[in-house]
Amino acid sequence: MNALQHKYAKDIEKVLAKYPADRKQSAVMPLLYIAQRDGGYVTKQDLVEIGEILDMSTTEVASIVGFYTLYHDQPAGTYRIQVCTDLSCALRGADEFLENLCENVGIKVGETTEDGLVTIEAVMCLAGCDKAPMFQVQSPEGIEYHENQTVESTLALIESWKQEKED
Amino acid sequence: MAEQVKENTVTLTIDGVEVAVPQGTLVVDAAKIAGQDIPVFCYHPKMEPVGMCRMCLVDIGYPVKDRNTGEAVLNEDGTPKIQFGRTLVTGCTQVVSEGMVVVGYSEKVQQARKDVLEFFLTSHPLDCPICDKGGECPLQNLTLAYGPGESRFNYDEKKKNLKHVPLGDLIFLDRERCIHCARCTRFQEEIVDDPVIGFYNRGRSLEITTWSEPGFDSYWSGNTTDICPVGALTTADFRFGARPWEMLEVASICRECPVGCNLTLNTRREAKSGGKMVVKRVMPRQNEQVNELWICDKGRFGYHYASADDRLTTPLIRKEGEFIPASWDEALSLAAEKMQAAGSRLVSVAGGQLSNEDYFHIGQLTEHLGGKAVLYSNMMGGDLTTKVGMGPGSNLADLGAGDAILVVASDLEEEAPLYWLRVKQAAERGATLIVANPRATKTDRYAAHIIRYEYGQEAAAILALSLDRIGDSDLADESFKQAAKAFAEAENAVVFFGSEGTGMAQSDALSKACANLLIATGHTGRPNNGLVGVWDKGNVQGGWDMGLQPSATLFDDLKAAKAAYVVGADLAGDNPAYKQALAQAEFVVVQELHHTATMELADVVLPAQSFMEREGTLTSGERRVQRYYPAVPPAGESKADFAITAEIAAMAGKELESVSAGLVFLGIVGKFKDYADLDYQALAEVSEQWPIIGREDLYYGGTGYANHQGLGVLLGTAAGRGEPVLIDGFDLPDTGVDGLLAVPVTRLYDQGNNLRYAAVMFPRIASSYVSLNPADAAGLGESVVVELNGFQVEVALKLDENVPQGIVVVPRSFGLPISAPTPVVVKN
Amino acid sequence: MAEQKVTGHHILLRHRDIPEIGEFEVYTAQGGFETFKKVVTTMEPEAIKQLVLDSGLRGRGGAGFPTGRKWMFVDDNNWPHYLVVNADESEPGTFKDREIMSKNPWQFLEGIMCSAFAIGANDIYIYLRGEFWQIAHELDRQIEKLHAESLLGEKLFGTDYALNIYTHLGAGAYICGEETALLNSIEGIMGQPRLRPPFPPAVGLYGKPTVVNNVETLANVALILEKGAAWYRSFGTAESAGTKVFSLSGRVKKPGNYELPLGTTYRQLIYEYGGGIMGDGKIKGIMSAGASSAVIVATDEVLDTPMAYESVPSLGADLGSASVIILDETVDMRWLINKTIDFFKHESCGKCTPCREGTFWMQKLTTRIASGDAGEADVELLHNVAKNMQGKCLCALGEFSTMAVASSIERFSEDFKV
Ligand SMILES: Cc1cc2nc3c(=O)[nH]c(=O)nc-3n(C[C@H](O)[C@H](O)[C@H](O)COP(=O)(O)O)c2cc1C
Ligand code: SF4
Ligand code: FES
Repeated sequence: MNALQHKYAKDIEKVLAKYPADRKQSAVMPLLYIAQRDGGYVTKQDLVEIGEILDMSTTEVASIVGFYTLYHDQPAGTYRIQVCTDLSCALRGADEFLENLCENVGIKVGETTEDGLVTIEAVMCLAGCDKAPMFQVQSPEGIEYHENQTVESTLALIESWKQEKED
Repeated sequence: MAEQVKENTVTLTIDGVEVAVPQGTLVVDAAKIAGQDIPVFCYHPKMEPVGMCRMCLVDIGYPVKDRNTGEAVLNEDGTPKIQFGRTLVTGCTQVVSEGMVVVGYSEKVQQARKDVLEFFLTSHPLDCPICDKGGECPLQNLTLAYGPGESRFNYDEKKKNLKHVPLGDLIFLDRERCIHCARCTRFQEEIVDDPVIGFYNRGRSLEITTWSEPGFDSYWSGNTTDICPVGALTTADFRFGARPWEMLEVASICRECPVGCNLTLNTRREAKSGGKMVVKRVMPRQNEQVNELWICDKGRFGYHYASADDRLTTPLIRKEGEFIPASWDEALSLAAEKMQAAGSRLVSVAGGQLSNEDYFHIGQLTEHLGGKAVLYSNMMGGDLTTKVGMGPGSNLADLGAGDAILVVASDLEEEAPLYWLRVKQAAERGATLIVANPRATKTDRYAAHIIRYEYGQEAAAILALSLDRIGDSDLADESFKQAAKAFAEAENAVVFFGSEGTGMAQSDALSKACANLLIATGHTGRPNNGLVGVWDKGNVQGGWDMGLQPSATLFDDLKAAKAAYVVGADLAGDNPAYKQALAQAEFVVVQELHHTATMELADVVLPAQSFMEREGTLTSGERRVQRYYPAVPPAGESKADFAITAEIAAMAGKELESVSAGLVFLGIVGKFKDYADLDYQALAEVSEQWPIIGREDLYYGGTGYANHQGLGVLLGTAAGRGEPVLIDGFDLPDTGVDGLLAVPVTRLYDQGNNLRYAAVMFPRIASSYVSLNPADAAGLGESVVVELNGFQVEVALKLDENVPQGIVVVPRSFGLPISAPTPVVVKN
Repeated sequence: MAEQKVTGHHILLRHRDIPEIGEFEVYTAQGGFETFKKVVTTMEPEAIKQLVLDSGLRGRGGAGFPTGRKWMFVDDNNWPHYLVVNADESEPGTFKDREIMSKNPWQFLEGIMCSAFAIGANDIYIYLRGEFWQIAHELDRQIEKLHAESLLGEKLFGTDYALNIYTHLGAGAYICGEETALLNSIEGIMGQPRLRPPFPPAVGLYGKPTVVNNVETLANVALILEKGAAWYRSFGTAESAGTKVFSLSGRVKKPGNYELPLGTTYRQLIYEYGGGIMGDGKIKGIMSAGASSAVIVATDEVLDTPMAYESVPSLGADLGSASVIILDETVDMRWLINKTIDFFKHESCGKCTPCREGTFWMQKLTTRIASGDAGEADVELLHNVAKNMQGKCLCALGEFSTMAVASSIERFSEDFKV
């Protein structure tokens, strides 16, 4: 039993129960989410361990991380603010919103704040096109949508995370 | 394929050429048969079509049928009316149908090819002049045919990528050249089930990566460079070595294992070798009955021993403890004199990689002098394979649903990679695979039934598989019974027996049990039925066929020898006990390529030619006799083994052919019934093979070589001739030991004399180790001392849950002297 | 913003008519799961398929394929069967499935449960885009509730029928909305499309016969089975039966989802429901099916065209998933095509050459064109590259990527004059 299995035995068991017994590989995406929850990104060791659990080569597991954009192979801020700047949102000012937000937070798109709390990224359509500007926050807790945003409301959100961290 | 054409055929027209092909054929394959080219990149005839590169787009039309009558609608001129589709179709994914019309030479299709090529070239670098694939690159060739004269893509915007990415020790990747056809990744996954390379990212950022440890760690990796349609994958061994058009091709046969893969040696005259002809690379040569289009990396990269700098180039005679160069005459007459004088106390030992001609002569000479000729192998049963072997007309590719294959005492991929591949494929075609082995191996993945006996119980396990003995076995659970039944009821059945954990005594019993099972279930004397020895060396079967046999008393034979004649075998290097025995022998003649531990004990050293420098024949585990040819001039004064033996024989009063291997073969033909119908001509015959590959359109099959030099001939068997075959009784070996039992197993990449010279392989060869079940390893560190046969060796310890408790797995040729299960002590 | 009432009754967005329908008790009080019980205990699968075929329901995922017909293709000689629900919803401009699943979940679940019974499936996988993490967690809880209520599990209502539902989260890949890529994604490999044929009803998930349907498609099913085919056909047009959720976005005053009978005109959608153009500006173009859409020049005639499967093609576009993106005079088409190509280049799976290389190339070109640094030759080259891609890609994504580009250059040539 490897470290991941040890730590998340119950969750892994629950995930595996979703798929036919001889189709364990199907569990690779949920297991990657479990691994990512831990450190905010997927480590090489995670790939090896997930491969062991699911009888996959490390390379096969890695190819999943590489293909899908919600998995990260590099560390970033605890909260990833992922602003949709795709067509519909852009028609409603998403690009300006992102620019202003970055300016106010003091980082560029793709960068992380010095305290390691926030990374701001631009992403493709999130199915929130009628409520632009909008973004999702990817964090260890999962993914949360924030719609009809302003720079002020977003800064307040960031402030609340800071508070939480300090407490 | 040719035979199938008559039944269930479909007739279609491809660019005006009418062709009849089997139902289910893909349009691109049909075009190949018709001699009409449809360019492909991602499609490879050995893999499932994926239709991703889009190079093979063609226009396809179907005969129009009247809805009511179902009759074909005709044009005014009486020809059938053809309805073409709205869009072009990928010929690699489209199956033929009756009356189909395929158009590749229309303007529309030509334009489509240009367009697709242009897409490829937007990202491809323009480095053909320095590319390893230059001269045998499908993309280069197709660009000449269809490519735009000028790029419409802004060169500065081209994707820049790393150009020399080592995917591992053996394979380099040029990311800029990769065209994302996925042939390499599909080969690793689909064909050899070793998915250690894969895509990372997506879209234009897709790149081939490996995450295995060490990188691209697969015995099959070299094949990906053959099928890569551009210069993206190259071997560490050959990159920048030569341009394809500068090299000659010479047919050869691999002797690293009993499969006998067909090779092409690419040679070139080289300034840095003083203008000498040298072998630049080893490539697969197509033989669909043996290795298809593939070879393993040991065969591909392990050849360097034959062209190493330290080759013995002149005869040596020991004078006052020192080796002094001597003339052939001097050395030969001394050897002949001592061997003649030894008479019945002459022991000749022949290694497992000599040619049939060499064995034949060694046998003849030794018999003439009244001595004992020994085949240096730890496996028995070579006489049984001559009786109940596979026989003419066999091809593992024919095995499938309704047939059974038993693999016993073998980690097949380690012992004989291509047998493993072909067994895997048979299982995928539906053959019932039964794997009997004490530990898990990769072969288990395809097994319908897995039998786990204890080391030493292999013969008992196989005996019990004969239904009338099943009651005696404590293995007889439901799956075992089903396995026995499946084997007994199989239309065709083949048994592969290897040397996992066996010595001569165990191998003797096992081979007999296997032969017995085949006879008891009626699986002998017919094509695709019989026994295959997964021998410990490449031509052990040839040695048996030439009348040589292993000796259970080799130590004592050598100790008592007045003269020992050791040919192509490093006894002293393998086992310190042999070293002591040889030291006691009165006079030692060693015939070798290099400096070896055995040679150090010699009184006379005779330099032999490597397989690259001469011709001869080998006999594979399936008993296919195959020819190999000289590729480079001999090293120094070296001579072919058979010639050296013949010259000794002449001096000892026996005339043997000393000039031509072909003439020696005539002697073999005259003496051995199974070889009676053969000659070198017959061995050189070829017939049409599928897929059709070759140098013209490398995009289809890859850069492996077509076979123009011979497919070899499968030998007849006693059972096939209807001769009665009886297996003598045998004792089941006793394995009871207190404490740990060491068992020998085979690793493909061993530390033996061949790989010692292949620099690219060094990082791949493990250092000496033994494996133990974790339960037996309490208190042991990472490095242990193993006491074996009275010798102590310090090695690394690996823990492996696959190893049964009480067992120490010891790989052969890793510096630990082991040739049979042996009690052992392991301590810190 | 989008919660305003629409005349008539909602079929899909019933939460707008019945508050709290997201509560299990409220849903059952409305007769919820009675249809499922009726279906399992009294109906034959064949009859259900026929009824759905007769209702005229067509796939809401984009292609508009008749749902009953798709179900009839399921290979009954190969078992087990799977139902896979496509909740990947990643087409820019599309946000209807998200609302249905989060606001009217029980109806959605009952719909997929009835559908599974119809095709003989015992297992349903709901494939949600990874961003729908919260919805997936809600659904997991709701599925647990259904087990607790004995509406899922073994031997339902005393019959031999067993049914389970599982959610599976994607992880940010538009291509996984393509049904075969989606299946690969569930199987744990890269989400690249498979060759078709064979189509999923013959060879689908784990090589078994599989129906892949869109969330919205299946959310109709329970009501159709309750009220009958004729009832459903009473909405919409002859070839486009029923209602459709139109996701309206872009330069309109009131973007949002509007469930309207198929055949409603663009004018009604944009002006009656969407409140007209932002700042009362002038409408310039319509993208009828999200970013994959050809851009339609918004003439009066176009505005009066009914939104139905059979009528939109006459405008040189498709109804698709009915994600209507509105462009006004402030929109520069050079900017627009650069935006859409950014998306497709980012989402191209990389499997086939024309899409992998073509989107990459078009992205370079549109970036240059949008920045104003390009000449006429670049526009011509761009058009040519888009055209060369057409008809050559392995799946529809590659084709989609060329739509806005080619149509904009052809129909809005003014914007490309240098
Ligand atoms: C690139 C691409 C993306 C797609 N994305 C979606 C999607 O997000 N949701 C969806 O339901 N269908 C999507 N589809 C269509 C599906 O392939 C499929 O046709 C649909 O799920 C079938 O369901 P339906 O018959 O109910 O419409 C997409 C197709 C393509 C080619
Ligand atoms: S068109 Fe080709 S590259 Fe693009 S998404 Fe489809 S298969 Fe992948
Ligand atoms: S698509 Fe047919 S050969 Fe690549």
